[in-house]
Amino acid sequence: MSTADAHAHDHAHDHDHPKHLAHHFETPAQQMESGKLGMWVFLATEILMFGGLFCAYAVYRANNPHVFLFAHRALDTTWGAINTAVLLASSFTMAWGVRAAQLGQKKLLIGLLVATMLGGAGFMLIKTVEYKAKWDKALWAGTTNAFYQEGGQLADPGEAKYAAAYIEHHGHAPADGGHGEGHGAGHGGGHGADHAAGHAAPPAASKIAPPAAAPAGLHADLLTNDRPVLSAGESMSTGIGAIQAAHRGSHYPAFTELDPLNTNRTHIFFQIYFVMTGLHGLHVMVGLGLIAWICYRAGGPMTRALLVPGLFAATGIYFVFLWWLVSGGGGWFPIAVLVAAVLSLLIGVLWGVLNVARVKADAEGEFGPGYYTPVDLVGLYWHLVDLIWIFLFPLLYLIH
Amino acid sequence: MSHETTHHEHQDDHAGHAVPLPLLAGIFLLLMVLTFVTVGVTSFDFGYRMNLMVAMAIALVKAVLVGLYFMHLRWDAPLNGFILVASLLFVTLFISFALMDTGAYNPVVEAAALRGATP
Repeated sequence: MSTADAHAHDHAHDHDHPKHLAHHFETPAQQMESGKLGMWVFLATEILMFGGLFCAYAVYRANNPHVFLFAHRALDTTWGAINTAVLLASSFTMAWGVRAAQLGQKKLLIGLLVATMLGGAGFMLIKTVEYKAKWDKALWAGTTNAFYQEGGQLADPGEAKYAAAYIEHHGHAPADGGHGEGHGAGHGGGHGADHAAGHAAPPAASKIAPPAAAPAGLHADLLTNDRPVLSAGESMSTGIGAIQAAHRGSHYPAFTELDPLNTNRTHIFFQIYFVMTGLHGLHVMVGLGLIAWICYRAGGPMTRALLVPGLFAATGIYFVFLWWLVSGGGGWFPIAVLVAAVLSLLIGVLWGVLNVARVKADAEGEFGPGYYTPVDLVGLYWHLVDLIWIFLFPLLYLIH
Repeated sequence: MSHETTHHEHQDDHAGHAVPLPLLAGIFLLLMVLTFVTVGVTSFDFGYRMNLMVAMAIALVKAVLVGLYFMHLRWDAPLNGFILVASLLFVTLFISFALMDTGAYNPVVEAAALRGATP
C-alpha cells in the first residue's frame, strides 16, 4: 500500500506520477502486484498459524474419536450453518466491493463495505449466542468445564452428569428420526445455577443402542495389541475400530458409553473448540476494523464524519444485546456490560452529532480505477477468514 | 486525511480485471448450495473415515471457488496461487507427520494408561 498519503506529501514539485504511487515503484500496476504478493505471503503465514490448531484437532480426534462423536453434539448445527451463510454473503459483498472500487462506483463501494461489516457483526452476534449457551450449560473453557478432570477424577461429577444429559439430547441423531435439532433446555440463569430446575431426571438412556462389543473387549484389545491395526474405517487407536465397525459412524455414544480414557479427555474437545473458534472470531473482529478503515478512506464527508461514531454506536448496541443475554446472572459481568453499553452509545451519539456539525465538504473517496489496492488486500484477508470458517464448520459441528 | 487541491489526471488508469458481477453472484449461489450439501450429507453414513473425507472434499471445493473467483486467483499472476498451494502443502506435511507419529505410539500410551501406569 502506498505511504505517499500517510504523511503530508505535497506535489508542488513536478512529479508526474499518480498521487498514490510510491517513489520506488515505476507504475501503479507494479505497485499493485507487489502489494498483492506481500498480502499473499502474509495469508500463507495465517494459514500456517491455523494449521497448528488444525494439527492439534487432528491428533486429538485421531486418538479419541469417540470424545468428538460425543461432545460435538453440544454445538448447534443450525447456528453454525447460518454463520457459514452469513460469512459467505459477506465475502460476496466484499468481492463485489473490490469490483465497485475498480469501476469507480464510490457510493456502491461504501454500501457494500457497510454490508460486509454487517455480515461480520452478525457472525459475532451469533457467536455470542453460541458461547452464552455453552456458559449456561457449564461447557466453558478450562477448569470451569463440566468435564474437567483432576487427578483422574471429574472435578464436578454432578455438573458433568447434567452436561452429559444436555449433550445427549441436544444434538442431531440421524439414526433416531424423531429427535430434531432444537436447543436443549432454554437459557437458564447464570453459570450452573439452574440445573435442578431444568433437568428433573438423571440422564435417560441414550436413544441409540449401546455397542454390542462390550467395553471389556476394548480394554483387552488395547492391553494386548501394542500396534495399531489399521484398516478401512478404523481410526488410529487400537480397539476403537471394533466399536466403529459395529456401528458404522452413525453411533453417537452416550457419556456412560465412553471408556475411562475418553471420559478423561472430553473437556479437551471444548478447549479445542474455544481456541479455534475464539482465534477465528478475533480474526473476524480485526477484519471488521480493517474494513471500517477502508470504508473511511473510501467515503465522502458524511461517511467520514459518521463512521467512527457509528462504530461506537454499533458496539453499544452489541453490548445492549449482550447485557440482555447475561442480565439474569449475578456477579459483576452484567453490570460491566451495561456500563460498556451506555458509554459506547453515549460516545457514539455525541461524537456523531459533533462531527456532523463540522463536517468538511471537500473530503473525497480515495479509491477508483487508478488506485484500489487497499480494498483488494483487505478483501483478500476477509476471504481468508471465510476460508478458515469453511473448514472449521464441518470439522467441529458436523462430526459423524 | 490529506486535502489535495490538485487532482491528477492519472486517476482513471486501467483498473485491472474487474470480475463480472453475474459471475460473482453465480459463485455465491454455488457456495450456498454447497453449504446445504455440507449439512445435508450428514444424513448419510459412509463410515467414519469416509464421512470425514466427504466433508473435507466439499469444503475443498468451496475453498477452491472462493480462492479462484473471490480472491481473483483465476486471473492473477501464478505466483500468488503458488504461495497459497505451497502453504497448504506445508500444513499437510505438518499434520501428516504428526498423525503418523502419534499413531505409532498412541496404543502403547493408552495401554499403559489403562493399566494405571504413572500418568
